[in-house]
Amino acid sequence: MNTVNYHWQRFTLTQKLSRYAVYLVLVMALVLSIQTVEVIPEFFFDAPEQMADLFTRMWPIDFAYYPISVHGAMIETLNIATLGTLLTLIFAVPLALMNANNVVASAWSQWIARFFLVSSRSVNSLVWALLFVAIFGPGIIAGVLAIAFRSVGFVGKLLGEAIENINMGPVEAIQATGAPWLSVLMKGYWPQVMPAFFSIILFRWDINVRESAVLGLVGAGGIGVVINDAMNLFEWQRVSIALLAIFVVVILAEIVVVNIRKRLI
Amino acid sequence: MAGLESTDAQYRQNPFKRNWLVTGSWLVLAGYLVFSFNAMGLTWDRFIHGLGIADQLMARMFPPNFSRWELLLSGLAESMEIAIIASVVGIFLSLFFGLFAARNLMPNWVTVPMRGFIALCRTFHPVIIAILFVKSVGFGALAGILTLIVASIGFIAKLFAEAIEEISLKQVEAIRATGAGFVSLILFSVMPQVFSRFIGFSTYQLDSNLRNSTMVGIVGAGGLGGTLFSAFQRFDYDFVAAILMSIIALIMLGEALSNVVRRIFN
Repeated sequence: MNTVNYHWQRFTLTQKLSRYAVYLVLVMALVLSIQTVEVIPEFFFDAPEQMADLFTRMWPIDFAYYPISVHGAMIETLNIATLGTLLTLIFAVPLALMNANNVVASAWSQWIARFFLVSSRSVNSLVWALLFVAIFGPGIIAGVLAIAFRSVGFVGKLLGEAIENINMGPVEAIQATGAPWLSVLMKGYWPQVMPAFFSIILFRWDINVRESAVLGLVGAGGIGVVINDAMNLFEWQRVSIALLAIFVVVILAEIVVVNIRKRLI
Repeated sequence: MAGLESTDAQYRQNPFKRNWLVTGSWLVLAGYLVFSFNAMGLTWDRFIHGLGIADQLMARMFPPNFSRWELLLSGLAESMEIAIIASVVGIFLSLFFGLFAARNLMPNWVTVPMRGFIALCRTFHPVIIAILFVKSVGFGALAGILTLIVASIGFIAKLFAEAIEEISLKQVEAIRATGAGFVSLILFSVMPQVFSRFIGFSTYQLDSNLRNSTMVGIVGAGGLGGTLFSAFQRFDYDFVAAILMSIIALIMLGEALSNVVRRIFN
């Protein structure tokens, strides 16, 4: 009778060691960060009091201010989000096609597309807004372009992945009839990508509604301008009506997106 | 030829028929574009004028100016500190919040308020939360850390809850049958099923916190964003270019690192 002198282990030694290395690096990074970060403890302990002070200043909500300037700014915010989402398609669709290796089978075009997509995603929409405010001056045009440029990376990446995942059968069938490339794109690729396309666009529009609400803080139009002005004047009751308006619009946008998506898919 | 003549040209259907609903939606879209451009005073002249300024701006941005690298480096370090602390604390809290929001393990009176709280964390953009924290804890890194903790909870706790709701309950029952307590139940039946997805979400959130930590400084919550904003306001566009390039490099490095971590834990 031979004994089993083999002890079952879930992970190999290398796996274990590399996992422990990750934990170790994480703990070291955390300890180092806590030691070097400049936090004033008095401010931290003071926070609940200051927070309570902030909320008492915000209360009661100044509903009378809504028709004066919040309503118009909110419509402007929605317009920025929608126009930015539409504008992003002009850049994102070609980049997505270049990025999908079943449309353009060239490593060069893929690298070029990937460069633009990654740089669009790395720069935050507020930073894009700062750049466009410097170029076009304060106003809505900077907001629209900031939203559009930030969304290119997101939409282009997801759309490119959706194109790569399609079934190539219909595309080859249409190519076999001798159709020109535009027809191949419209009748071969497009019907298969369409549901993913609309769900990506709607998802990004939902995010853009949230983002366009803050672009005004750097002067790029929308409700952020109202918040910024009210804060500079210490009119916290007006800030609270603007925040409430954002809250309601964001929830409504999410409901709209969920319902449209249910019908589409 | 008799068989072929029976399909008259007028009965033959176009395989690619025009869909009037789609055509109608395109018309509505075009109408919206014209209307909104008019309503907001976006004109072509202004756009062309802006392109000229963009040219000047580019000329002033290049070559980037790295001469104030100490300032750049300290901002970069602060951004990383904010991102790391906020991710660790946020993910740790999300573990519990996600567990309490999972409808297959917890009763309704726990999950409903927890889900409401998580949704509230997600509704507002981090910048707005940062403004509120800057007011309550003052300028500096602490406001940034607290902001990103809230943002992490809003995103990660929701994904954790969804991951926990998708687990197989058979293993939970098996562990429960051994007479294990609640903590052992979580540790030995729930965690092994969701751990690798947790790692995936967590590395994603670390990335996202790194991006956001370079931004919350714009409203005074510490990190490289503050340096960037003041460089913009002083029109030091060559320094702005240097900061932007460091941010992009930092984020690409972060993405590469999280890919390594994801590969180790798969």
